[in-house]
Amino acid sequence: MATSTAARSMLFRYASPATFYPLAGRLWPWFAAAAVVLALAGLAIGLLVAPTDATQGDAYRIIFIHVPAAWMSMFIYLVMAFYAVLTLGFNTRLSAMMMRSLAPTGAMFTFVALWTGALWGKPTWGTWWVWDARLTSELILFFLYLGFIALQSAIDDTRRADRAGALVALVGAVNVPIIYFSVKWWNTLHQGASVSLTRAPSMARDMLLGMLLMAIACWMYSIAVALVRVRALIVERERDAAWLREAGAAD
Amino acid sequence: MSTLAAILRFELLLAWRRRSALATTLGFFVIVASLFPLALGADPKLLRLIGAGVVWVAALLATLLGLARLFAADHEDGTLEQLRLAPLPLPLAVMAKLAAHWLLTAVPLCLAAPILGLQYGLSQGAIGVLVAGLLLGTPVLCLVGAVGAALTLGLRASGVLVPVIVLPLEVPVLIMGAGAVEAQASGLGAGPWLSLLAALFIVFLVAAPSVIAFALRISSE
Repeated sequence: MATSTAARSMLFRYASPATFYPLAGRLWPWFAAAAVVLALAGLAIGLLVAPTDATQGDAYRIIFIHVPAAWMSMFIYLVMAFYAVLTLGFNTRLSAMMMRSLAPTGAMFTFVALWTGALWGKPTWGTWWVWDARLTSELILFFLYLGFIALQSAIDDTRRADRAGALVALVGAVNVPIIYFSVKWWNTLHQGASVSLTRAPSMARDMLLGMLLMAIACWMYSIAVALVRVRALIVERERDAAWLREAGAAD
Repeated sequence: MSTLAAILRFELLLAWRRRSALATTLGFFVIVASLFPLALGADPKLLRLIGAGVVWVAALLATLLGLARLFAADHEDGTLEQLRLAPLPLPLAVMAKLAAHWLLTAVPLCLAAPILGLQYGLSQGAIGVLVAGLLLGTPVLCLVGAVGAALTLGLRASGVLVPVIVLPLEVPVLIMGAGAVEAQASGLGAGPWLSLLAALFIVFLVAAPSVIAFALRISSE
């Protein structure tokens, strides 16, 4: 009981921009360094060690960025929805800022997943794009990110922008399963499984290792970028606060 | 209950005094649906294939038209403030407003859809499913759209923002509605798709008014 209250007071302590700002400043270089090291290791294994795929040749190697990007695009939306709940439920300013700092990274990863998917699809499937269920729902996820960013940047009042953005992120998160299943059923009725993404043979160990390293690297990168961005947002919003001027003098 | 009826009557009367605005939505719907044969050619087989999809896309776009203004006038002249202060819960007031909006903008579309279906050479059964789907689906479009309208209340860019926010969320309705007609045409039966649409309708009918009311509170704080 005592530990849980201590943990909770720690959490609440860092929910304040004044305490989180220096913490984020100390943490982000570590996350950035981890991202670089892991990405180098992942790429080395992926491009040099992992064997050539028997059916796809070397074109498969794009999965070392494609799969982590696709994972991150979905995961970041979930994290945004989590911060949206905190924003609406506890009215914390920092969670709204975190939500806002994550959105561009999520949109970027969604775009990378679509882009690299097209680059992989051309040599493997012979086409840049198919209206497959996964591709289509990833595309709609991209639109959801765009809608969120467009709404937030169109509202000048920060409190309203935060709360409106949180609501739209939540509505989107609730809708994602509905969208995914409707697209899936639509796809299976329309064109049958001419191309299947799920028949991938079990992966060689080195392939899996490279992919996991890259996934963790992307994760670390997302955290680092979000922390840098949230620091910028804190400075922008709290520019008149006394603590910030003191922190600025200390830096 | 009487407040609810009063809001409904008031909205209907207001809209009736501005009849031309209603005709505009219907006209837009018919024009958009008529553009496709001009662009794609008038091959009857092709038209029968794309008919339901075209009507649904046109309906999706047409319901967007009035949305940006849905709460705007009430926001500007203070009616929204009064509704927030009224003893009637805001979600119910929102529901009454939306019911009026749906009756006046979406029901005409549903009534005009059979004519467009005939233009595209759809069979009688397919047209029946199309109208049934539109009757179930357009309330969902209004409810989802109203969330976007409430969130963008009073913003300069609201006209552009509403479609960007709302259209991705409306994809399931489009898929289910057009899918129902196609399933009917291919002999599979439209039952499952219409049931899904009905389920979506019920879920949104229960959940959306509170979300819209919450969004209105965020926007008019």
